[in-house]
Amino acid sequence: MKDVLKFKNVSLTYQTANDEIKAIDDLSFSVKDGEFVSIIGPSGCGKSTILSLIAGLISPTKGTIEKSNDDVGYMLQKDELFGWRTVIKNVYLPLEIKKINDKEKKEYADHLLNKYGLKKFINSYPNELSGGMRQRVALIRTLVFNPSLLLLDEPFSALDYQTRLSVCDDVYKIIKEEKKTAILVTHDISEAISMSDKIIILSKRPCSVKNVIYTHLDGDTPFFKRESKNFTVYFNKIWNELTYEKN
Amino acid sequence: MKKTNYSAERQKYLLGKKKNKIFIISCRILILIAILSLWEILATLNVIDAFITSSPSKIITTAKKLFAENNLTYHMSITLYETFMGFMISAIFGYLIALLLWWSENLRNVLEPYIVVLNSLPKIALGPIIIVWFGAGIKSIIFMTIIIGIIVSIITMLNGFIATDNNKILLLKTMGASKFQILNKLVIPSSVKTFISMLKINVGLSWIGSIMGEYLVSKAGLGYLIVYGGQVFKLDLVMTATVILCFMATVMYLIVAFIEKKISKS
Ligand SMILES: Nc1ncnc2c1ncn2[C@@H]1O[C@H](COP(=O)(O)OP(=O)(O)OP(=O)(O)O)[C@@H](O)[C@H]1O
Ligand SMILES: [Mg+2]
Repeated sequence: MKDVLKFKNVSLTYQTANDEIKAIDDLSFSVKDGEFVSIIGPSGCGKSTILSLIAGLISPTKGTIEKSNDDVGYMLQKDELFGWRTVIKNVYLPLEIKKINDKEKKEYADHLLNKYGLKKFINSYPNELSGGMRQRVALIRTLVFNPSLLLLDEPFSALDYQTRLSVCDDVYKIIKEEKKTAILVTHDISEAISMSDKIIILSKRPCSVKNVIYTHLDGDTPFFKRESKNFTVYFNKIWNELTYEKN
Repeated sequence: MKKTNYSAERQKYLLGKKKNKIFIISCRILILIAILSLWEILATLNVIDAFITSSPSKIITTAKKLFAENNLTYHMSITLYETFMGFMISAIFGYLIALLLWWSENLRNVLEPYIVVLNSLPKIALGPIIIVWFGAGIKSIIFMTIIIGIIVSIITMLNGFIATDNNKILLLKTMGASKFQILNKLVIPSSVKTFISMLKINVGLSWIGSIMGEYLVSKAGLGYLIVYGGQVFKLDLVMTATVILCFMATVMYLIVAFIEKKISKS
């Protein structure tokens, strides 16, 4: 399968009034079409920075980033739904911003809302929804203009454990069914193993790739993958990589 | 979607709430009646000197007399006009200037010390200058009202704009939003609450501005009546004008509160 994203020796240094902060140092990796990739690393190592680079919000100081498609959908830690807009208006927001006014895209949005159990709530305001539902709306908002690549920056960390497990399953299912390529940034080793095909482990700041692990687990949802017998093997391996890093 | 078939507990709860509300309102009215009657009684019994304190009945008589002479509506409309103009201009321009300052960080940094100084300056000190520039008339008074209201409006609105959630701005940027879209889709709608509080503050300041202006220069208006009444020792006139002022300021505040309710519902 072809690469949809390729980082080649990318470095990035932030300039601030008092200091310059090197966030990324000589980072190379690639992502294939349809792959689910997790990025895991110590906090503050530069994970969000990688996503900003992919989204084109900042440009690398050195190196190149190749993207096969400019359309990326970005999902943040919190749902960031606009409280003064109804669910449906929140979902249409990217279309408004991109000044897309075709019926097809709107129908696709309606279709997604129906399919993922939010039909009843399209005219509700976000504060009437549960945390899990809000996160699903946020994902649909990200999907609505049909981006080929999804960037997820710790999208579940604001949820309680139980909601988190079920939203994980929901999001996984949606992403697989809509056939998206996804990059998930997370702190949670179990989440990374249960959701992804490939895990990129980063060193501490300035980050570069420390190791790449391909996972092969039984089960077709993250929830069942957690019960697969190889799960702990992967867990320990990643745990050691990250712990060893700290010393 | 209003529910009508409430459970027994809910009905009880709602009834309790309603009763409590009635109680509060009755207390408020009672206090007002108590104050007014005490004032009236003490004045008629000559315990207090009605020449200095006036009395509710005298206020009503004075108001009636002024009204009959067609004076009252004239003075009221003058003050209302000044206040309203001052209010509108400082709210609109305060909002627009705050938008401009949000838009350009450089402009904001350049103007910051000027705003700080203007904000701490007691505006009444500018009175004589304003009179010289704008003449001893309504123009001066409106100008006074504007400078009192506009700086606070700018500062309040600017703080509201700047407080926009950075993550939401980031979200819009990932969608490829332009700065104008960020302003239009996020900054303005998310600062509606600030806008309402700016209006509320501004109502109060506009009355201060117009009355202060009238103290300085006017030939008409409620502030003029108060100053004039004080000078010729017609305390009935002073009290009447003050009561009417209270009344008008309340009405204006209620209008803003009404707008608030309308906006926060939608
Ligand atoms: N706009 C910026 N200007 C200056 N420094 C920044 C900026 N954004 C991030 N940094 C710094 O770059 C480093 C990496 O930040 P980044 O947010 O990418 O890390 P992260 O791995 O996502 O962290 P976390 O685990 O907390 O989410 C941090 O030290 C951070 O302080
Ligand atoms: Mg981060």
